[in-house]
Amino acid sequence: MTRRRAFTVASQALGGVAGAAIVLPAVGFAVAPIFHRGKERWEAVGPVGDFVEDTYRQVVFTETEGIGDAGKTTAYVRKGSKSLGEDPKQMVAVSNRCAHLGCPVRFVEAAGNFICPCHGGVYDFVGKVIGGPPVRPLDQFQARIRNGQVELGPRYSVTSQLEPVRARDPGEFTGGIWEYLYPPRPSTFPPPSG
Amino acid sequence: MKLDSLIPAPLRKPAKPGEGNGAKGAAPADLKTAPPERQSDAAKLGDKAKEAPADVLAWVDQRTAASGFLTGMLFRKVPKGTNWFYTLGSATLFAFIAQAVTGVFLAMFYTPSTTQAYASISHINNEVFLGAFVHGMHKWGSSVMVILIFLHMGRTFFFGAYKYPRELNWVIGVVLLILTMTMAFTGYLLPFDQRSFWASVVGININGTGPVVGPYLSDFLRAGPELGATTLSRFYAIHMLLLPGAIIALIGAHMYLVVKLGTTAPPWVRAQKPRNATPTSALDAGVDGNGGGPR
Repeated sequence: MTRRRAFTVASQALGGVAGAAIVLPAVGFAVAPIFHRGKERWEAVGPVGDFVEDTYRQVVFTETEGIGDAGKTTAYVRKGSKSLGEDPKQMVAVSNRCAHLGCPVRFVEAAGNFICPCHGGVYDFVGKVIGGPPVRPLDQFQARIRNGQVELGPRYSVTSQLEPVRARDPGEFTGGIWEYLYPPRPSTFPPPSG
Repeated sequence: MKLDSLIPAPLRKPAKPGEGNGAKGAAPADLKTAPPERQSDAAKLGDKAKEAPADVLAWVDQRTAASGFLTGMLFRKVPKGTNWFYTLGSATLFAFIAQAVTGVFLAMFYTPSTTQAYASISHINNEVFLGAFVHGMHKWGSSVMVILIFLHMGRTFFFGAYKYPRELNWVIGVVLLILTMTMAFTGYLLPFDQRSFWASVVGININGTGPVVGPYLSDFLRAGPELGATTLSRFYAIHMLLLPGAIIALIGAHMYLVVKLGTTAPPWVRAQKPRNATPTSALDAGVDGNGGGPR
């Protein structure tokens, strides 16, 4: 290797190192949120007596803190129903986020269905798809009872058989091979066991 | 021509072969029969004042040697049959410049915060002098730019202008199209009203339906599992810093290639033999009746 060649390689390597020292932290800065999981958050939404088992009560609570109204989300909450084979001591909290593309669905009491205004997705009383484009049932929130208050926690998704899985974004299938094609994101919480 | 006297000689449009008597003009036939007129001092001063713009341009030109480049770019030859469809690219460029200018002034009043964004937009629309007008130009201008870029793309496609040797310019144009769409997508969230919020939710979720990488792409766009404060500032930074820089750089490359390669003739214009068998410059070599395409 000639002296000239050695200096060429050395100066280019130095430039590469200097470039990487700027670019890599910047990219890491932009990408880091993918791998960050926020603190688990539980919020009381009302006394147990407010909820019944044959219809939903709409509650609004904060899912993302610090950004005002934009961080709030809506859930439809009821007691577990014996006639549906659920534990009556458990609460059921269905997210209003449509599993198609994330529009807010509404529970229509007269029909007993959840209906989405955007593209016509329809879900039955437990949140299973009965019409329109959604790819899976409605998401749910973990729910528990503390001191007579119903508390809602992290979001989770369900398969078509309502088995809990980690939260997926709308539009993503759940269950079977889809668990690998749409891998769970590190920013979501593990689903409730059982 | 009077205007010609204001343009330095190298920048003047060259006379066509066999026409005119050269840019410098003919010398007087005989000084005895036609002696130069004596000028008054005031007239001399007036002549000097007339020369001043040319002198300034000459001063710049001596130090930049820009006139050769400018002559080649501004007086380049265009093929026969060039028509109004060829202005769609310039129209798209003008739409981009309008977006850039109005965007700069909107940025002076806009606050990219989830709690203040909507208030700052309604402040622009309702209280700032001509604010609604500038905001309206930016909002509707974005649609104009998207429409024009597609029309320009259609013209290029249907005239076959993407063919050799212009494939690379087509590729650059497609990247510009994608960047423009990304621009429209990120700008849509900024007013942070119900419409822009839910449209962005839906748009990000469509991104997320891509297998394997989709979920991570969604988290990247939102800067987390939910659309929030960091999403807005992220979209704002992409919209006003990252994308404009990339678009300006690529427009530069796009226009360099347009000037270098020349434009194509419309497909209905027959190829003809060039009148000059030998090109007068490297630039002319690419521009003839056939648009420089293969013969």
